[in-house]
Amino acid sequence: MNKVVANVKEACEGLESGMTIMLGGFGLCGIPENCIAEMVNLGINDLTCISNNAGVDDFGLGFLLQGRQIKKMISSYVGENDEFERQMLSGELDVELIPQGTLAERCRATGAGIPAFYTPAGFGTEVEEGKETREFNGKMYVLEKAFEPDFAIVKAWKGDTQGNLIFKGTARNFNPMMAMAGKITIAEVEELVEPGELDPNQIHTPGIFVQRIFQGEKYEKRIEQRTVRQKE
Amino acid sequence: MALDKKGIAKRIAQELRDGWYVNLGIGIPTLIANYIPQGIEVEFQSENGILGMGPFPYEGNEDADLINAGKQTITALPGAVYFDSALSFAMIRGQHVQLTVLGAMEVSENGDIANWKIPGRMVKGMGGAMDLVASAENIIVAMMHTNKKGESKLLPSCSLPLTGVNCIKKVVTNLAVLDVLPEGGFKLIERAPGVSVEEIQQATAGKLLIEGDIPEMTIEQEGK
Repeated sequence: MNKVVANVKEACEGLESGMTIMLGGFGLCGIPENCIAEMVNLGINDLTCISNNAGVDDFGLGFLLQGRQIKKMISSYVGENDEFERQMLSGELDVELIPQGTLAERCRATGAGIPAFYTPAGFGTEVEEGKETREFNGKMYVLEKAFEPDFAIVKAWKGDTQGNLIFKGTARNFNPMMAMAGKITIAEVEELVEPGELDPNQIHTPGIFVQRIFQGEKYEKRIEQRTVRQKE
Repeated sequence: MALDKKGIAKRIAQELRDGWYVNLGIGIPTLIANYIPQGIEVEFQSENGILGMGPFPYEGNEDADLINAGKQTITALPGAVYFDSALSFAMIRGQHVQLTVLGAMEVSENGDIANWKIPGRMVKGMGGAMDLVASAENIIVAMMHTNKKGESKLLPSCSLPLTGVNCIKKVVTNLAVLDVLPEGGFKLIERAPGVSVEEIQQATAGKLLIEGDIPEMTIEQEGK
């Protein structure tokens, strides 16, 4: 089944103000750069964004924050972004912080038809507030629910026209679970190939989870914390 | 003399055992990778999705698609593997990682830890810390014994918002090695070289248990 759309514009058709959108990536690693740029172009706002981080001031989701397009962020860690901090402290931006593993599992559950699950993370902390808790085998757990995203937007290294995806390095992170979770999942890839060119043994995300795929025009792939060692 | 951050890392490195998978937090814990004892093989997990994390790359070899949980560029050792975030936290919650080392702002005598939020300050989030402390069998906290104001970080109960409850088993500070007892209390195990029991007592607000002579730590000067 051919999932290819002509370009980022066509890929993002149907994205509207007020929607809940999942975006893959960890820090600036493995983020859907082209779709984020298009969301800025579209000028949609009041968005609820589910993403592990919120980018930096001048890259990633920082672009959407600059234009005040995001109403609510659901993340596990949101440092490294001054505009984010300003909007959060002034109350313009609603922020829900959740443990990283819980975020990942909630994304997976969403795509796997599991409405809720118990996890030990956050028991006895403010994360547990308002949630059901239960003991299993002498240990306490918190009930966490799946999400209800309208779109999921992911970024892969290679993809074929069927929507099968392969990720590279630690750019995989949240992308595979988010791909499963979208009612409509948009995948942008660095290299789009024909069916048969990807080894079926090596595919990380089967195309069944992807509705639209396109090759991104360009990737800056900015590094957040460039750290090197000295030559001995 | 009290240990510096490197000293704390060196002492914790002695807790590593052959064949362990280890998750190191940001800050002092990261330094532990520099002091793996001779003859021991451990593999480092970074929760953003790699097992077999290697050292930082040489300049020019940085790869934007290869970072650690601190978002620093890293390398992968032979035999390394990448995975997604759900699988990564399955390793953590499923107790497949043998040791977690992380920093803390406060630890209480019943093993509670606070390390993610200071009221009145910008909250950056808990990242993976809550999943790690809620699940790991073996958690060591690496931190200074007192904060910048000189106040004890080992308390009867935490004053800051908690990251996890009843989960910390061992604390290594610039002054001492302490076990957190299941029935509550910090049991003094070792003193930093030249640091007296009295000094440790003075810097510890929580219940401190001292039994018999407390030996000094032995810190190897050379790591691998």
